Amino acid sequence: MDLGIITYAFPFLLEGVKITLLIAVFGIVLGLPLGVLVGLARGSKNRVLRGFCDAYCAIFRGTPMLVQIFVIYYGLAQVSFIRHNPVLWWMIGDGLHAAILAVVLNSGAYTAETFRSAFNSLPKGLIEAAEACGMKPWHIFLRIKFPLALRQALPAYSSEVAIIVKESSLASAITVLEITGYAKRLMSETFAVMDIFVITAAFYLVISVIALMAMKLLERRLAIPGLNQS
Amino acid sequence: MQDFWVLMVEHGWALALLRGSAVTIAIGLLGMLLGFAVATPLAILRWQKVPVVSQMVDAYSILIRGIPGLLVIYLLFYGSLGWVRTVAGTFGYEQAAENAYPMIVGVIAIASISCAYSIEVIRGALQAVPVGMLEAARSLALPPMVTFFRITFPLALRLALGGINNVWQMTIKDTSLISVVGLQELMRTAAIAAGITRSPLFFYCIAAALFFAMTLASQTAFSRIERGLNRGFGGM
Repeated sequence: MDLGIITYAFPFLLEGVKITLLIAVFGIVLGLPLGVLVGLARGSKNRVLRGFCDAYCAIFRGTPMLVQIFVIYYGLAQVSFIRHNPVLWWMIGDGLHAAILAVVLNSGAYTAETFRSAFNSLPKGLIEAAEACGMKPWHIFLRIKFPLALRQALPAYSSEVAIIVKESSLASAITVLEITGYAKRLMSETFAVMDIFVITAAFYLVISVIALMAMKLLERRLAIPGLNQS
Repeated sequence: MQDFWVLMVEHGWALALLRGSAVTIAIGLLGMLLGFAVATPLAILRWQKVPVVSQMVDAYSILIRGIPGLLVIYLLFYGSLGWVRTVAGTFGYEQAAENAYPMIVGVIAIASISCAYSIEVIRGALQAVPVGMLEAARSLALPPMVTFFRITFPLALRLALGGINNVWQMTIKDTSLISVVGLQELMRTAAIAAGITRSPLFFYCIAAALFFAMTLASQTAFSRIERGLNRGFGGM
């Protein structure tokens, strides 16, 4: 490996890390609540709401994220209503914003699947007990359902976090320069393909390891002694 | 609506998109099969905890599963561009290499990604085969090879089916990534159509619908196989 190439590539990739982390953090901060709400809605009695949320999950889980990102960035930009609406245009007119939107929507669909099964697996007795105590639905959700489902879903959600970090690389397809985008540019610029690959892969592995460790820590912090140790 | 009819039929985009879908399915299948064929022996070595090899398999699997597929594709394409030209050039097959090259590297890229995930699936399935079955085989004095091919492997294959389904779904979606290096599969065809006709929304939605049809069809097929394989296993 050539030290010169490493010192040359490092600052660029570090710049890319910022964008990757930015996309990933937004993906988590906005995707998680979206997933929880959709997961909850998929168990609701309202048929229209349930059907809509089922369709949303099926579509976003059944198509490649690259297609989703292209539909959002290139496709929706064609609609004149969106072009002339300042808020919507702000959301998709910029590559970075469109990438974040795609990651949020995609991750929301996968998270919803995790949380749907988590909500389904809650013991009925607990909910009935809460109802018997006269708790309001919102209260039951906040104090009983969500805390229990979160603990149930956390192991699966931590792999979703790692996936978000990887999926953020697709932003490079719409000219956003995050880690993979810089790596591609550096590869075709310096021709030191293997060197660049090794450094870039190391960046991704470090990010994933840190994210997974943080999730493990969170899991341990939230664990309730005696409750399903799985 | 009439515009789209003209676009799709009279300008021939429907045919182009179908051809792109065929390429996508071909690459997905070839990549999946190649990946699985390589993953099976590697997973067995990993399962048997063969020293050194086992650690190398682990390292490969962790590396590929930890980095974006796009990066693997860039590595294989840009990394092989030079020497493929040289090799093909010395033998005078420049034109043939120019045509077949993206397809071959695409399949290898998809295979090396799906291989890493398949290793984990097969290894998990091998470990999940009930010990009682193996003990029964040993008490019948079956030779190890017979035990493996007649007992362990068939049982593991059934257990692995759910995981294989997941890997396949991921693989068919990953094929779209190869479009960024110019192979004319479904996604690339849609991008070309979107560029020429200036209606990206329409063509990318069509591409999404075609991908959705593929994943839906394979999902249905897998549930049917699963039901068939689980017959006689009670409520499993």
